[in-house]
Amino acid sequence: MRDTIFVNARLVDPASGLDAPGSLLVSQGVIADHGGTLGIPDDAEVVDCGGAVLAPGLIDLRAALGEPGAEYRETIESAAEAAAAGGITTLCALPDTQPALDDPALLQFVLRRGEATGSLSILPYGAATKGCAGKEISEFGLLREAGAVAFSDGGKAIADARTMRLALSYARAFGSFIVQHPEEPSLARGGVATEGELATRLGLPGIPPAAEAMMVARDIALARITRGHVHFAHVSTAAALDLIRAAKAEGLAVTCDTAPPYFDLNETAIGDFRTYAKLSPPLRREEDRLAVVAALADGTIDAIASDHQPADPDDKRLPFAQASAGGAGLATLLGITLARVHGGDLSLTAALALLTCRPAELLGLESGRLTRGTPADLVLFDLERAWKVEAGKLPGKAQNSPFDGRALEGRVRGTWKNGRRVFG
Amino acid sequence: MLPFPHRHLLALQGLEPPYIADLLDLAESYALLNRSGKTQRDLLKGQTLINLFFEDSTRTRTSFELAGKRLGADVINMSVSTSSVNKGETLLDTASTLNAMHCDLLVVRHSQSGAPALLSQKVDAAVINAGDGTHEHPTQALLDALTIRRHKGRLENLTVAICGDVLHSRVARSNIHLLTTMNCRVRMVGPPALIPAEVERLGVQVFHDMKAGLAEADVVMMLRLQKERMVGGLVPSAREYFRFYGLDAAKLAHARPDAIVMHPGPMNRGIEIDSAIADDPARSVIGEQVEMGVAVRMAVLDILSRNMRRNARL
Repeated sequence: MRDTIFVNARLVDPASGLDAPGSLLVSQGVIADHGGTLGIPDDAEVVDCGGAVLAPGLIDLRAALGEPGAEYRETIESAAEAAAAGGITTLCALPDTQPALDDPALLQFVLRRGEATGSLSILPYGAATKGCAGKEISEFGLLREAGAVAFSDGGKAIADARTMRLALSYARAFGSFIVQHPEEPSLARGGVATEGELATRLGLPGIPPAAEAMMVARDIALARITRGHVHFAHVSTAAALDLIRAAKAEGLAVTCDTAPPYFDLNETAIGDFRTYAKLSPPLRREEDRLAVVAALADGTIDAIASDHQPADPDDKRLPFAQASAGGAGLATLLGITLARVHGGDLSLTAALALLTCRPAELLGLESGRLTRGTPADLVLFDLERAWKVEAGKLPGKAQNSPFDGRALEGRVRGTWKNGRRVFG
Repeated sequence: MLPFPHRHLLALQGLEPPYIADLLDLAESYALLNRSGKTQRDLLKGQTLINLFFEDSTRTRTSFELAGKRLGADVINMSVSTSSVNKGETLLDTASTLNAMHCDLLVVRHSQSGAPALLSQKVDAAVINAGDGTHEHPTQALLDALTIRRHKGRLENLTVAICGDVLHSRVARSNIHLLTTMNCRVRMVGPPALIPAEVERLGVQVFHDMKAGLAEADVVMMLRLQKERMVGGLVPSAREYFRFYGLDAAKLAHARPDAIVMHPGPMNRGIEIDSAIADDPARSVIGEQVEMGVAVRMAVLDILSRNMRRNARL
C-alpha cells in the first residue's frame, strides 16, 4: 500500500490540544508522523487539504443497525456507507436487534459483518439482559471475550432495580459498564411526546420529563452501592444533567452522552404531527435543550453519539402515536455538532473531543487521536462549507432524518479507515 | 363572507374569529332552513362525500350523512369493519384508493390524533376532521357554539365550564380553542388526573372542586367519562366520580339560574350526569345540540366546497 501524505491541513487533535497547520503522513495504514513541515516521500500519494480540518475519524458511541432482523430498514453495509459519509470510522452498535446480541456467536457475526465493510469498525454492545428482556443478566464474561464493548438493553430501560444492581456489580468483574436508556417505563408508558402544552394541544399522550431524572437518580444510587459504572445514553433534560453533574463531583463512576437532536431541536419540531421528529426520548422544551448545550460546554456530557435509529417510510408515515420513534443520524452527526461551534457554544477542539478522544477514553480504545503508530482513521472536513440536509438524498438506506431541511456549515470531504480512503 | 383560509377543516386551533363567526352565521341560516322543511339539493349536486369512519360513531356519521344529502351530495359511508384497513392496508393506501374514486369531500373519524392531517397530505378531497384521537373535533365545537349563541345571544364574556374527562377529550380541546378565540371565560373542571398538563396555557382556568368551577357559569358542558378510563385506574370508582364530578341539581345550583347544560353524547347517565338534569327541558339543550350538528355540518360542507370551486377557477 502506498504511503499517503496530507498537506496544507489544519491538524486538529483534541486529545493533545493540537490545532495547527501542517502535514500528516500515513504509512502501512498507520499514522507515521505529523507536524508543521514534513518532507514529501517519493511515491507517496499527496492529498492537498487546502486548509481543511484533518482530525481523527469519529467514534459513534451509540447507533442502532437494522441488521440482524430489520434489514428492510438498514443493513450493516448501508450503515457503513452513511457512516463513512459522516466521517465516522468506529461505531458502537446497540444489541436490541432481532435476535438480541446476548450470545457470543451473534456478537461475532456483527463484528465480522463490520470488518467486511472495510470502512467501519463496528463494536457491538452485548445485551445486558437475555433477549434484552430486562429479567436475567446475560453472560458478561463470555460476551466480553467475544468483543462486547459494554452492556446495554438498547432502547429499553433496565427497569428492575435489583437486575440493574446486579448488572452494575457484575460488570465490574470484567472491567465493563452498563449503558442505560434513562426513562422510568411505568411513568412513560403509552407516552409519545414530552408532557406539556404542546402534547396537550396535539392530543398526544405525554411523558413527563421527570421520567428521565427519576431513572438517573435511581441508577446513581445503585452506582453508589455497587461502585459499578453506569453510563446514561441520550440524556435530554436539565434535571438529569444536574444529577449527573453532582454524581461526577462526588466521584462516582457515572458518565453520559447526548445526541444531536437534543441540542439542536426542541419539541416544536413535532408540530403538525411530524413523525420524523418522533424520537425516544422525545424532543424536549427549549429550556432543556439549552441545558444540554451548557452541559456539553462544561464537560458534564462525555460524548455526542449519533443515536442513529433507522426507519423505513412505512414505519414513519403513520399517525404520530403509531409511527416508530427514532431518527437517522450518521450523516449529520458532525454537521449538527459543528453548528454549536459556529454558534459559539463550543470550541472546535472541545466539539471534536466529544466525537473522538472522549468516547475513545470511555471505551478504552487507542483510536480517536492523532498519535503516531495508531491506525490512520481520519476525517477531512471543510468547517465553513454550506449544505442542506435533504431526507431522500442522504447516504445509506435510512432517510428518516429529523433534520430534514436544516442548513448546515461544515461538510465531510473525505474519510480514511486504516489509511484507506473510504469516502470522498 | 370571507373566503375560508383553509382547504380542509382539520382543527379549530388558530382559526380566527371572523371565520368562526361566518361559519356560525351560515349554520344559523341552515338551521332555519332545516326547521322550515326546505332543502337545497343543488348546492353539492354531483359531488361525492365519503364518510370514512375508523371508529364507531352513529351520531356524527349520521349527522354528516344527513347534511350531505340535504345539500344534494352523493354520500357514501365507509366503515372500518368491512374495509381493507383491517387487512393491513395503511392509511395512505386508503388515500390513494379514495383519490381513484374522485371523492370531493372526505369526512374522517379516527382513533389516532393527527390521522386526518396525515390523510389530508395525500388526498385530493377536502378533508373534514370528524374527531381524531384526543386532538380535535371541530364540528362538535362549532355546533356547541351555535347552540350557546342561540340561547345566550352571544359568545363574548360568557363563562363556560367544561367538566369531566378533559384529558381524553377532543371535544374539550376544540371547544377551548373556539371559545377562548371568541372571548369566553373558559373553565376546566375535573379531578387532576383527567386535566391535561399545562392546559392553563391554552387560556383556561382549572378547578378541581366542581361547585367552585360551576359558580356563576352561563354554560355547563359535561364530557363523557369512558368506562375504560376507570379500568385504567384514573378514577377509583363510578360512584366516587358521580359524587364529586357528576352533574346533579345540587351542583348545578351553583351555576347561574339560567345556565344551560350541554353534553356531546353519548351520555353515561348516573356517571357524569344525573338523568333528572339531562332530561330537564328547562336546562338541558342536548337535543338542540344534535339539531345544530346537522346545520353546522351543512355550513362546513358548503364553505369547503365553495373554496374548492373558487380554487378550481383560479
